[in-house]
Amino acid sequence: MAYTKRPDGRKFDELREMKAKVGVVPRADGSALFAFGDTIAIAAVYGPKPLHPQHLQNPEKGVLRVNYDMLSFSVTERKKPGPSRRSQEISKVTEWALAPALQIDNFQNTVVDVHITILQANASTRCAGINAASLALAHAGIPMTDLVSAVSIGKIDDKIVTDLIKEEEDYEDGEGATDIPLAFLSKSGQLTLLQLDGKTSTKKLKEAIEAGRAACKEIYELQKKVLKEIQEK
Amino acid sequence: MMSREEETREEFEQEDDERKEKRELVIPGEVITTGNDYLPGDWAKREGQDIIALRFGLADKSGRLIKIIPLSGTYMPRKGNVVIGKVVDITFNGWLMDIDAPYSSFLPLSECSKFVNKNDLSECYDIGDMLAIKVLGVKRKGIDLTARGKNLGKLEDGMIIKINSNKVPRVIGKEGSMINLIKKESNCDITVGQNGIIWIRGEKVEDELFAEKAILFVTEKSFIEGLTEKTKEWLETTKQQKDIKDDKADKKKAKEAK
Amino acid sequence: MEIANLTKKRIKDYLEAGKRFDGRDLLDHRELEIETGISINAEGSARVRLGKTEVVAGVKMDVSEPYTDHEGEGTMITTLELLPLSSEEFDYGPPKIDAIEIARIVDRGIRESGMIDFEKLCIKEGEKVWTIFIDVYTMNDDGNLLDASALAAIAALMTARMPKYDEEKEKVAFGEFTKDPLPITKNIPLTFTFHKIGKSIILDPGREEEAASEARVSIAMSSDGKEAKINAMQKGNEASLTQEEMFNIIDLAEKKYKDSSKEIFDRIEKNLKGKK
Repeated sequence: MAYTKRPDGRKFDELREMKAKVGVVPRADGSALFAFGDTIAIAAVYGPKPLHPQHLQNPEKGVLRVNYDMLSFSVTERKKPGPSRRSQEISKVTEWALAPALQIDNFQNTVVDVHITILQANASTRCAGINAASLALAHAGIPMTDLVSAVSIGKIDDKIVTDLIKEEEDYEDGEGATDIPLAFLSKSGQLTLLQLDGKTSTKKLKEAIEAGRAACKEIYELQKKVLKEIQEK
Repeated sequence: MMSREEETREEFEQEDDERKEKRELVIPGEVITTGNDYLPGDWAKREGQDIIALRFGLADKSGRLIKIIPLSGTYMPRKGNVVIGKVVDITFNGWLMDIDAPYSSFLPLSECSKFVNKNDLSECYDIGDMLAIKVLGVKRKGIDLTARGKNLGKLEDGMIIKINSNKVPRVIGKEGSMINLIKKESNCDITVGQNGIIWIRGEKVEDELFAEKAILFVTEKSFIEGLTEKTKEWLETTKQQKDIKDDKADKKKAKEAK
Repeated sequence: MEIANLTKKRIKDYLEAGKRFDGRDLLDHRELEIETGISINAEGSARVRLGKTEVVAGVKMDVSEPYTDHEGEGTMITTLELLPLSSEEFDYGPPKIDAIEIARIVDRGIRESGMIDFEKLCIKEGEKVWTIFIDVYTMNDDGNLLDASALAAIAALMTARMPKYDEEKEKVAFGEFTKDPLPITKNIPLTFTFHKIGKSIILDPGREEEAASEARVSIAMSSDGKEAKINAMQKGNEASLTQEEMFNIIDLAEKKYKDSSKEIFDRIEKNLKGKK
């Protein structure tokens, strides 16, 4: 039977209710919380600061380091504390998703550390993390040419849906669920993150990318609003 | 005698209460203006026809130049800045300092403010000492400092507070007006480092805490107009409350001493 | 990282004059905020803020075999991570001694107080028992992570709900919860860590006070309604304490427990935020 209705009643191109807040970790140079419905990510930025040990320094430009992890109790079955292969991979693709926006060429030998923690998970955690990190980087005064916005687009059976939840990820009928996390530079619409697992035609994939771009424009408006409302750090 | 603040003031522009209102809060990547009327200054960049902001802050247009005044972010050292830093290590030829900047900073032996025993540099400045120093130069590999100059060198006693370095111009005020007001009302010696590290020394604990409160008041209210007036009012009311409290405490102490 | 010498000296001077940088009395804690149910996939969770210091704790449960010397009892494991997110001084990697010590102190307070009735966590003696995982994470370090962590852990336990157990498959039905609380007794521990700086004793140090601390004593106390008892103690940091100083701290702990326990437990009960 074709996929006609989403478990939470949303339209196919509708995002969950989003929440964003800046300055949630006072000790950090910049920080933010970003949530897609029940998925809550917190990002904290420290830097630019001297990078130790010296052999890791880049004498040509500043280095961006990202670490993503989930709290053990953020998921229904406890995740053992400590890095997993999954979290290491997500850390790396997140770094690649954010790097094109950064303008840290003049910060040779320094590092900008981005720490992302998932407080509560209901799919789209890496995208929530990227959105939180974008805000935190701006809050920290890191020079950037744009903000990065991210969303998970899914193909459930043959329907393109925006902002997948876990229940949708587990869908098995028909062609099942294909999960496509995407990130864009907000102004130019250039892609900085694209991952896929599932089963899709090339035509549907292009549809998904366009749906992602539309959703990210909406996400960018929220990110912009939240930053503009800051009076103090 | 020229104070540290007066020397510092020479190195940067002052905030002008009126102009501030016209500045727009911008985010990284935001287009500030289009066309060729302006040139990009600090933290602004030309992208095709547009000039965009590279940092979160206030877009400032003066003459033909657009620059961003950052509201957040770590301190970016500039030549001539007077800063306050901590000695974190001692090498054979100088002191490694922490001035809360993106680059490591170093104070060479030759730039010490007093005579140094080459066999024991810690006699001059020891690990954990706070110094008022000046930035001589900023290079890829690090920042060069000097402790030679008026009112530079080791800081004794007093307390240290840290504020957002972007708020320093507000705390110092036009020609030092704000910081001088606070110094006078609190009866404290105060040095404001461009890196946001501030040293306060008073005769009484209460005076130092009062000065700290005043500085925090200014940093929290840095957005509003007529800040100098509002600060004056706040200082007067708070000082009255403080004097009543101090009087009571002094009387109590005198009683207990009998 | 060490604080400046002059700051350490100033803190001592101020304390001797009975003052602290933020105007508190020596034995006052900062503004305390407790929220529970902050992470819906956890069996129980809590966020504690002491001033700007913030920690979160979560309770997750699973079934496993019991220990051979306690065949009819459930088990408990407490972990703590000093997240690099919460301070530029924390690194990635396996927990270092700071994190390990706090986790173990928190664990002892809970275990020794008898807060959890482990016998009620037995499903099949010798074969299957419930395991409670308490995981604590620091979210912002502004001093006194220890007391904040201990409080977050007990708040999470107090408000947790047992997960559904599938008798047939003999597994936990993860994601499904019952309305039953954990088998918690009246003996709930509160932990107070006293710090000695110069000649003064303070509670709930801020970041700089903590860096100036010469010796510290953590005391976990609980009460069955009749008498308050000390369940766990730990003296830490390098300086020594006289017997008189230690006796004074012990008395202060008892007084603090009596004065604040009711209010803190009330707050935990009233601040259930989540869907449970």
